[in-house]
Amino acid sequence: MIYSKIKVLHSHGWQYIPDLNDVTLTEEFRGRPELTVTDDMSDVEAAAKLCPTGAISTAPFSLDLGRCLFCGECALRAPRNIRFTNDYKIGTTSREALVVTPETKQIDFHPELVRKEIPKLFSRSLKLRQVSAAGDASIEMELNATGNVNFDFGRYGIEFTASPRHSDGVVITGPISKNMSEPLDICYAAIPEPKITIICGSEACSGGLFSESKAIDRHFIEQHHVDLWLPGAPTHPMTFIDAVMNLIGKKQR
Amino acid sequence: MNYYITNNTATQAVAIKDIPEVDYAALYDDLKERLKQEQYHVAHYFATPDENRLMFYIVLLDDKEHQIMLARFAMEYYDDIALPSLTALHPAMHPYEREIAELYNVKFGSMPWDKPLRFSENRRNRNSTIDNYPFYTIEGESLHEVNVGPIHAGIIEPGAFRFICDGEKVLHLEIALGYQHRGVETEFTSTDNRLRQTLLAESIAGDSAIAHTSAFAATIERLTDTAVSDSLATERIVALELERMAMHIADTGALSMDVGYQLGQVACEALRTMTINTTQAWCGNRFGKGLIRPCGTNKPLTKEKIDMILANVEQIGRRYAEVSDDIKSSPTLLSRFEHCGIVPRSEMLRIGGVGMAARASGLVRDIRSSHPWGKYATETKHESISQHDGDVMSRLMMRCDEVQQSVARIKSLLEGYTPETSSARPDYECALKSEHLSFGLIEGWRGEICHVALTNSEGKISTYKVKEPSLHNWLALALAVRGEGISDFPICNKSFNLSYCGHDL
Repeated sequence: MIYSKIKVLHSHGWQYIPDLNDVTLTEEFRGRPELTVTDDMSDVEAAAKLCPTGAISTAPFSLDLGRCLFCGECALRAPRNIRFTNDYKIGTTSREALVVTPETKQIDFHPELVRKEIPKLFSRSLKLRQVSAAGDASIEMELNATGNVNFDFGRYGIEFTASPRHSDGVVITGPISKNMSEPLDICYAAIPEPKITIICGSEACSGGLFSESKAIDRHFIEQHHVDLWLPGAPTHPMTFIDAVMNLIGKKQR
Repeated sequence: MNYYITNNTATQAVAIKDIPEVDYAALYDDLKERLKQEQYHVAHYFATPDENRLMFYIVLLDDKEHQIMLARFAMEYYDDIALPSLTALHPAMHPYEREIAELYNVKFGSMPWDKPLRFSENRRNRNSTIDNYPFYTIEGESLHEVNVGPIHAGIIEPGAFRFICDGEKVLHLEIALGYQHRGVETEFTSTDNRLRQTLLAESIAGDSAIAHTSAFAATIERLTDTAVSDSLATERIVALELERMAMHIADTGALSMDVGYQLGQVACEALRTMTINTTQAWCGNRFGKGLIRPCGTNKPLTKEKIDMILANVEQIGRRYAEVSDDIKSSPTLLSRFEHCGIVPRSEMLRIGGVGMAARASGLVRDIRSSHPWGKYATETKHESISQHDGDVMSRLMMRCDEVQQSVARIKSLLEGYTPETSSARPDYECALKSEHLSFGLIEGWRGEICHVALTNSEGKISTYKVKEPSLHNWLALALAVRGEGISDFPICNKSFNLSYCGHDL
């Protein structure tokens, strides 16, 4: 019995990432895109037409990460104009900053736009309540993964709580279904002030594939201040970790 | 009664006019008898408007003869007659009849569980809302109710659970779903952009993205007469088995966590990371989004990627086997997992349980062996794994054994495999055959996934129906906790790990 445990432990070895500021994802990973203007923009027009969420604009040329599902099909249609890099640092404070243009070399994070009380109160301990409002489970699993043995985000005092009353903010995933809009309101009301709101995943940022669906109710987003917008389908744990560290002032992009 | 007979290796969709149109009375009489036999079960049964009529389609599976049987019947759209309920005889039919009743106000006479299924946006009765779900109640001085949800304690999807308890013991659990309803099926028909439809399939249930997109791809390929190349067939099975491994390992970790077995939890977390990172290194996404596409692939395997996958699955299989061995040799774990949350085989059969959970109860429902497709049909026959006891331990052992089977499958497919130099690219433009019915039938990690598409006279998808295995298995969870202490609910729940969004659509 003890022998079998030692065997598991031995094979398991050392799994945690020592420095979360020094992580590079595989080249295959589709993160922040880079856009290039060429004389002939017909490929971009074809890609914009194909884009399932209308994330690409042609005049002027831009790509909205809040809509993008990172399927990468546009880069295959317009390889001279669109290239996905493996840069996962794509979370930021405003919805507008998610729009990538040919000038974008990184997604900027402006600490001065963060409410002053956030780094002051939460830099050493941040407890979050997650609400899945029609998230497709992949994004919920990625948020769970931030606390797992590899990422161990808990080392910075950042964790998810069971009760909204014990939390400092809410992390919302999914396009927000009508049937979840009221439970979300109730949960948010139960969080003590001051509280932060994090919108996690492209579907949460814009509604994604369901932005026109009648089964969606996005009044929450219109009524509340959002502190952090995180694109992704699903949002990679490193995107979440990087953006939250920036939000609480532990890191500067 | 007359059915149109096809099977899962068919490469062509079925012309709707070739599907026999029967009387409901004849279908009812036929199914009444047929469903008493274990070899038959219904993979899909739905209604859809057809001019001024409501057309009902049924997809019946014959596991023994490996056949897919199709039939349809019609009723006038505003007919007020009640159809005799099949659920009254065969409870397995309940989600189908409940959906039809919810969407079209069709009445089923003597339906024993006449409740809304998912409070979909296009339901007929607008007064029926999710916050007034008619929960079953029992009166009694010693009884109390426990409400859990819709928001749960952990980071998981929402659903409302209502327990009726006698002290610590659960007498009854009812699960109200629909909170995740996004209108997936409607979205499929409101666009002609096939890439958009593909991404919709990927988001039906994010933990089964590969399985659902495989079902969508099969549906489209049958409607476009596209032959799947040998290498594409191989790569799809490798992807599907990687998804199975990742989720089975994740659930082993979750079960470990819930009984305080931290060693198993962290070991499985690391092994799941390794599995999904293998998928990510192949296609750029940890859940395989972007990997499966209709009529081709953007991510053909290369020599380097094949070597990477083989090396990783070898190591994952070995290390996961050590965790399985440790679980089996730890009395403290066995005392929690064994004889807990039992669903006997007879119950599983009655409620129409499918997939891994059904096999844990000894009911072998496995599309890979009963209705093989692609490489399962052409390579060596798939031998389904099953257990007997139907308890949490059986469902855990299913995972332990199926992970090793997936490792072996991936190895046998990839060892000595030479990728094609140029494989077909996805096709989002090719025309669909008009007035046809097409289907995709896949065994995902949870169980049987069945997609059905109907096209109209212009060759557009007019109806798209999705069946997630969770549609059947949620009832199995409700039955599993009866008589158990309420504190055992978490491990019972994790042992099934059912999909909310896949059910709610």
